[in-house]
Amino acid sequence: MKYSITSLVKQALQGHKGWPEAFRHPAPKKHYDVVIIGGGGHGLATAYYLAKNHGITNVAVVEKGWIGSGNVGRNTTIVRSNYLLNSEIPLLEWSLKLWEGLSEDLNYNVMFSQRGVLDIFHTDGQRDEAVRRGNAMIVNGVDAEMLDRQQVLEMMPMVDENNGRFPVLGGLLQPRAGNARHDAVVWGYARGADQMGVDIIQNCEVTGISRGPNGEATGVETSRGRIGAGKVAVAVAGHTSQVMDMAGIKLPVESHKLQAFVSEAVKPCINTVATFGVGHLYVSQSDKGGLVFGGMVDGYNSFAQRGNLPIVEDVAEAMMMFLPTLGRVRLLRHWAGVVDMTMDGSPLICKTPIEGLYLSGGWNYTGFKAIPGAAWCFAHTVANDAPHDFNAPFHLDRFAQGRPVDATGGGPFPNHH
Amino acid sequence: MRISCPLCGERPLDEFIYRGDATVTRPDKEAPMEQWVEYVYLRDNPKGIHREHWRHAQGCGSWLIVERNTVTHEITQVSETRPTQDAQT
Ligand SMILES: Cc1cc2nc3c(=O)[nH]c(=O)nc-3n(C[C@H](O)[C@H](O)[C@H](O)COP(=O)(O)OP(=O)(O)OC[C@H]3O[C@@H](n4cnc5c(N)ncnc54)[C@H](O)[C@@H]3O)c2cc1C
Ligand SMILES: [Zn+2]
Repeated sequence: MKYSITSLVKQALQGHKGWPEAFRHPAPKKHYDVVIIGGGGHGLATAYYLAKNHGITNVAVVEKGWIGSGNVGRNTTIVRSNYLLNSEIPLLEWSLKLWEGLSEDLNYNVMFSQRGVLDIFHTDGQRDEAVRRGNAMIVNGVDAEMLDRQQVLEMMPMVDENNGRFPVLGGLLQPRAGNARHDAVVWGYARGADQMGVDIIQNCEVTGISRGPNGEATGVETSRGRIGAGKVAVAVAGHTSQVMDMAGIKLPVESHKLQAFVSEAVKPCINTVATFGVGHLYVSQSDKGGLVFGGMVDGYNSFAQRGNLPIVEDVAEAMMMFLPTLGRVRLLRHWAGVVDMTMDGSPLICKTPIEGLYLSGGWNYTGFKAIPGAAWCFAHTVANDAPHDFNAPFHLDRFAQGRPVDATGGGPFPNHH
Repeated sequence: MRISCPLCGERPLDEFIYRGDATVTRPDKEAPMEQWVEYVYLRDNPKGIHREHWRHAQGCGSWLIVERNTVTHEITQVSETRPTQDAQT
């Protein structure tokens, strides 16, 4: 069913009892052309683009829990393309362009709100860095604006502008960036893929990758039996190491956890996504009024989908420096996701040394914004057995070849990114 | 999470800094490229018991080897990387 004003009115008159399910719940077939492991944003969107752009519809997405139970439902929903390196910008900017038409493309409102992302700086060094980044964006055709102190204070009147140590000097704004509704992204892609014939199979954990006589991937072993596949595509975020280990591939990846926080609802007070240049802190306000914010990864290997108190303290301290007027606002919820941190802070979207096995992972804490663009490229890679120009820099072999994509210059330490 | 430093006793996590996987060892200077790539970049990333380096930075400064479960965060063993004379006696 196509969602429209007519279908809405019709359903409203019938007490909203006639809406069909958004997607089917089929049992796994014996064989598919492509099996995608992981029903997160990347897995579902890859299925959607495989069907839509490449006509490959005999596809299954296999998810161990329920779709959206991983990081795609746990993130702080920031969508931006304010990147630095020429190797990164085209992919992320393509993604942002897809975001701009996504609700229409999916016939599903993903509530993409281009409220802007404003990186506020407080030292001369940070200003130089912001100018450099802004120029890199503009050279690549991405929107970027330098705001002076006064303009920042007009946009973010609550910022503590003169706290002595960290006066506001200005900010780098990407006006086209913003937030989207993460669950809607999952459901929208799932519904879109399903309508083109993709099977979405939930509660089905992949436990092994089966291999043919020449070592090629031929399917997956799952908690619901073996499923044969012409090609296997992996998109499992925090568990990338574990799933790739099933095929004997060791990765430049460590799993860390990242926490997110939501306050009680307050009146509209922040109408952009603001970051505090001094600490690692970012904040926006959800449509329901809650302040959504977060900080750094915990910084040591962890698969626990729950937080630890030192980061809570850290984030609370940074909030008090940045927006002290919010000091009395109560924290409503707080949780963590497991993120696959790579050694250069950039993703892996590539073929693997195993024939028929493809990988999209290493998303660090930046993979939500990338879902449309990266999945579009990943589908291209799986369909054509070759990367698109946009994802060519994100091959696994870049580490051995000495060309990591290391925007922060953090070196081979996943907790530095 | 709290870590029991063998020299200082049990201390809160924020006194320590994480220094990475303790199972990787530096290859020989003449070792082939693949071994160096593995050493610098590749990690086992186990879901379960992990041997790792922590430094008691806001305490005695020692480097420790901590054996920790990455799912439950239970710490089963803490030892010094190089035990001091005192700690051995
Ligand atoms: C707190 C937090 C805040 C974040 N904020 C942002 C942000 O503001 N902007 C941004 O761009 N990014 C952000 N991110 C990162 C972003 O959420 C992730 O990079 C992205 O969602 C990862 O891709 P995914 O959606 O496909 O992963 P997931 O949703 O994690 O999907 C992977 C799926 O694979 C499944 N799976 C795992 N193993 C198996 C198996 N063996 N068999 C079958 N299925 C399996 C999992 O159950 C899971 O559903 C944030 C992350 C966190 C944790
Ligand atoms: Zn100590």
